[in-house]
Amino acid sequence: MSFMAKPKVANPGLPRNELGLNRRDYEGSMSTLCAGCGHDSVTAAIVQACFELALPPQSVVKLSGIGCSSKTTAYFVAGAHGFNAVHGRMPSIATGASAANRHLRYVGVSGDGDSLSIGLGQLAHAIRRNLDMVYILENNGVYGLTKGQFSASADVGSKSKKGEANEQQPVDPVLFALSLGASFVARSFSGDKEQLVPLIQAGLAHQGFAIIDVLSPCVTFNDHEGSTKSYAYVREHSETPVSADYIAPKQEIRVQYAPGETVSVPMHDGSNVVLRKLDPGYDPTDRAHAAAYVQERGMRNEYVTGLIYVDTSRRDFHGQHGTSEQALNAVPYERLCPGAAKLDKILGSFR
Amino acid sequence: MPERKSAAPRVNDFTLKFANVNGSGSASANALVMKAIFRMGVPVVGKNFFPSNIQGLPTWYEIRVTREGWRARSGRVDLMVAMNAETYSRDLRELAPGGWLVYDSTWPRPALTSRDDVRTFGVPLAQLCNENFEGARARTLMKNIMYVGTVAALIDIDLEVIRALLAETFAKKPKLVDSNMKAIEIGYRYAKEHFECPLPIRIERMDATRGHVMIDGNTAAALGCLYAGATVGAWYPITPSTSLMDAFRSFCARHRTDPGTGRRDYMIVQAEDELAAIGIVIGAMWNGARAFTPTSGPGISLMEEFIGLAYYAEVPAVIFDVQRVGPSTGMPTRTQQCDLLACAYASHGDTRHVMLFPDSPEECFEMAVKAFDLAERLQTPVFVLSDLDIGMNDWMSPDFSWDDDFRPDRGKMLTPEQVAGIEKFQRYMDPDGDGIPYRTLPGISPKASYFTRGSGHSKFGAYTEDSAEYQEVLDRLSRKFRTAAKLVPAAIADGRGAAAAIVSFGSCDAPVREALATLRRSGVAVDYLRIRGFPFGPEVEEFLATHQEVFVVEQNRDAQLRALLTLETAVDKGKLRSILHYNGLPMSSSTVVEGVNKALDKEVAA
Repeated sequence: MSFMAKPKVANPGLPRNELGLNRRDYEGSMSTLCAGCGHDSVTAAIVQACFELALPPQSVVKLSGIGCSSKTTAYFVAGAHGFNAVHGRMPSIATGASAANRHLRYVGVSGDGDSLSIGLGQLAHAIRRNLDMVYILENNGVYGLTKGQFSASADVGSKSKKGEANEQQPVDPVLFALSLGASFVARSFSGDKEQLVPLIQAGLAHQGFAIIDVLSPCVTFNDHEGSTKSYAYVREHSETPVSADYIAPKQEIRVQYAPGETVSVPMHDGSNVVLRKLDPGYDPTDRAHAAAYVQERGMRNEYVTGLIYVDTSRRDFHGQHGTSEQALNAVPYERLCPGAAKLDKILGSFR
Repeated sequence: MPERKSAAPRVNDFTLKFANVNGSGSASANALVMKAIFRMGVPVVGKNFFPSNIQGLPTWYEIRVTREGWRARSGRVDLMVAMNAETYSRDLRELAPGGWLVYDSTWPRPALTSRDDVRTFGVPLAQLCNENFEGARARTLMKNIMYVGTVAALIDIDLEVIRALLAETFAKKPKLVDSNMKAIEIGYRYAKEHFECPLPIRIERMDATRGHVMIDGNTAAALGCLYAGATVGAWYPITPSTSLMDAFRSFCARHRTDPGTGRRDYMIVQAEDELAAIGIVIGAMWNGARAFTPTSGPGISLMEEFIGLAYYAEVPAVIFDVQRVGPSTGMPTRTQQCDLLACAYASHGDTRHVMLFPDSPEECFEMAVKAFDLAERLQTPVFVLSDLDIGMNDWMSPDFSWDDDFRPDRGKMLTPEQVAGIEKFQRYMDPDGDGIPYRTLPGISPKASYFTRGSGHSKFGAYTEDSAEYQEVLDRLSRKFRTAAKLVPAAIADGRGAAAAIVSFGSCDAPVREALATLRRSGVAVDYLRIRGFPFGPEVEEFLATHQEVFVVEQNRDAQLRALLTLETAVDKGKLRSILHYNGLPMSSSTVVEGVNKALDKEVAA
């Protein structure tokens, strides 16, 4: 199978964003995933999010590891540079890329194998650094490319296609991220674009590490009866205490919210994320509460979705390092090199 | 090394050794002695033998005073300062006949007088410290400083030079200058009063260190990174490479920080492990910042997967491998050249990498700069293979020079204007026939975008499983490697038409150079080639072809350079003979001299 070019014919009537680009301008090459794969819906949500935000395509950097999910960075925003790293180690590439140029938008796509098994360490440390990126974890509980082994997110008792039940405790990326102090933690479902698109937009606006765990069923190896990551199961067992609306900078908040049920979170880029509390007792700015809530619902076999936790006060990666405002890859060499006269002085301290 | 009668005065030509316990402050005392001799214009070689430990284990510091300016160990010890009771017997054993031993005679040590060809000087250091200083810590530290005074008296070091050095070190704490000087003077006076000072081994002022510095290779490499314009450093702490990043950090704090805002034109990331460290370097260089990672053997093992990605996806990276003794954890504080093959072919699949071999701190500086230029020109990982001996010992080096007209070679990186001018950007083409494609940085324009992947790709940058498309890229990478052979620093030949020759690299150069002089003096004609880079250039091939017998001198058990030469040149394997040294201590010239003589004698006998 070689590269498949996607016909680039766009209906002239397609809506355009403020850059004059239409939705098709944010697509990539043709997906080679199975028909009905949840990941393709996530790809579509990313396309929608970037289109609506009117991001210049070149301002986006796409990063991924290895696996079905990691292939998808080729399927959106063709005008962005992409980097398909080695298995489980996209966060370190993202760290280096971000170090070199703080002014681009880093979108990482990974899977449950890539993030929670081989890449658990790198994910943990990207969270600790509060790297300024959106990290989308397409979570299906299974290894697809190697044909159906359990992943580390498989729930206890969940059955494989061959009928075998998983006995090991799962790694829940949301609880994992919360325990490490992630500054933006969300969960969604690939089948719920209305929820997912604003979460991606909010994640892009968030200055820091935004992890979105997206339950994204594998139609080929994990969509059967007895699986806790099937379309039917996830649809039935999702519960959203807080939904998020993304309000772009300068955009007017038009929707009428009932008083007391909404919290507007101002983001660093001037946008707002309006949180609508569907469960009045839920507080998405209280980390301990959020973790307890997710854990408690999890024990009742429920997936908590929506914007689970957000903290915009923490310094991001560059803030922690005190780097210059100018991207490091653009600092003129003359400013970087101390020159011959200074070298003499430096050497003077070694005599 | 020619035999000498030990009784004859040996001005500016002898070796001192200090035996201590680590964590006792001895390092500064020993450095003070070495620096003082250097300041008196006399060339010195300093070697530190230290344990992988923080406090309480034996440690030695060896100072060779060499008026001729040799850069290797001498292989003998003339004056031993034995401050560690635990190692007295071996320290005594190591002394050359006719040598001298200084020890703390607060407690009697009859065993130390067991050699009648050695003179023993007891100085009651602990007692003198207790009489003159308060506090347990101060007394321990001052004991070490006090022997500096004794040694100064014995070998005639000018106390004023020592005082000046202390004044510089403690510029902000003048009280410490006085207390240290007090201890030194006590040790000095005691020696003057009790022994015949100076000894036949002694210092006489020379003028042979002007225009030189005492610097270690890691500091020099860090300075090279600063001058090369590196802005991102990522690492995981590992001996013996740690001081490279420490030095880079302190240079950057001084020279890369906006004095007004405190904002930094650099970022140093302490990664969670070496896998992440190299990933960060690759991500940063892919995105246009000059980035590097310092590491050692175990780190190289961990980085291999990413190194293969950088090779195949053609992303620049600079890796400093400050080699230590392997295999596995090995001996972290001992030196070897044992990562040559691991680096040359790091990672699975067909991979070959560019390597640079500095022989000294001076070349660590130069080659650090060169490594970034080569990595970006060739779009591939570049290894700088130094070792613990170069990296952590202070070497006397000629002043580094810098040309203010230097500008980094960013290689074939298209500017936004160039991208605007082309019809379509394709990542892995070879328009210039040198195997090197053009690249773009993220953020320029949608037209410049491409996908970087370690999976099979065509010359257009697209994913492929097509045999011909895959092979085309792989073959171009071979072409690129041939281009690299023209760009790495050329080997340096010292050819005088001899039939036999030595081929070596890196820190072997110092002992080999001294051995060559010894051999030539004794009538054995040998030529010499020092290899400075890999892939090997045509000069290496030619040198091997024009010598009948070639001694390959290296510091590892498995003759890795010899193996690399047989794999990567057309040399007849039979004419390569190994001279190997791999006990973890820096090699002395006698290893080379003996190795060559033994081989040649055998031939004569046969």
